[in-house]
Amino acid sequence: MSEQIKKFMYVNRRAPYGTIYAWESLEVVLIGAAFDQDVSLAFIDDGVYQLIKGQDTAEVEMKNFSPTYQALGDYDVTKLFVEKESLEERGLTLEDLMPLTYEDEDDDWAEKDSIRLVSRAELADIMDEQDVFFSF
Amino acid sequence: MKFAIQVNEGPYQHQATDSAYQFTKAALEAGHEIMRIFFYHDGVNNGTNLTTPPQDDRNVVSRWSELGKQYDLDMVVCVAAAQRRGIVDEGEMQRNGKDAQNIAEGFRISGLGQLIEAGIQSERLVVFGD
Repeated sequence: MSEQIKKFMYVNRRAPYGTIYAWESLEVVLIGAAFDQDVSLAFIDDGVYQLIKGQDTAEVEMKNFSPTYQALGDYDVTKLFVEKESLEERGLTLEDLMPLTYEDEDDDWAEKDSIRLVSRAELADIMDEQDVFFSF
Repeated sequence: MKFAIQVNEGPYQHQATDSAYQFTKAALEAGHEIMRIFFYHDGVNNGTNLTTPPQDDRNVVSRWSELGKQYDLDMVVCVAAAQRRGIVDEGEMQRNGKDAQNIAEGFRISGLGQLIEAGIQSERLVVFGD
């Protein structure tokens, strides 16, 4: 369908519930995966809350869509950059996040972590390499 | 320059839709190409013909329709976001058993693939939102 490969970055800036941005962002990622682009996701600011483990939305009667993040590896979406400072500012560590993995076809299908902890400065450099941003 | 535009917020509630319109109009007048305008999240509400703003205010929806007609713009409303928010065309009306449609002139309802494609094919994707 596409004649060229671009570097697509989805920037997730908001908490998973309260507004629909996070969920509808994930819908774009899932559809976009069919286009064989070089995709990565960034989680900054309150966006880091999207990856918190043990989400329970029963009391607020919202759909808990957090299991969908675990399917991203199967869609070849394997680069999830989480900004270190955003975690720290919220009193969170990597241990508070869902373990998300993918099987690396270039490395005998070894299971690897999808989440990559990066500093704000490192993320700025990664952003500098991108062609297209979707900001949610 | 070949631009694609994404509009993420609804009319009147948020200025993003006005900024998107003004940017689009200015780009076209400067001779640039707008290959697609994609309406997502509450942005789909830009595409309902049921709005009736006060007469002394801008009409955001008909303003898009007029610009679309003038420049033959491809104005796409996301189907998944539209279904949640009640933006309906003839096809959606029949598919979902509704008794009305409200898609404004010049808009069409289609899938998120149209947004990804716009990102691939344009030189710049400009996102208007919060």
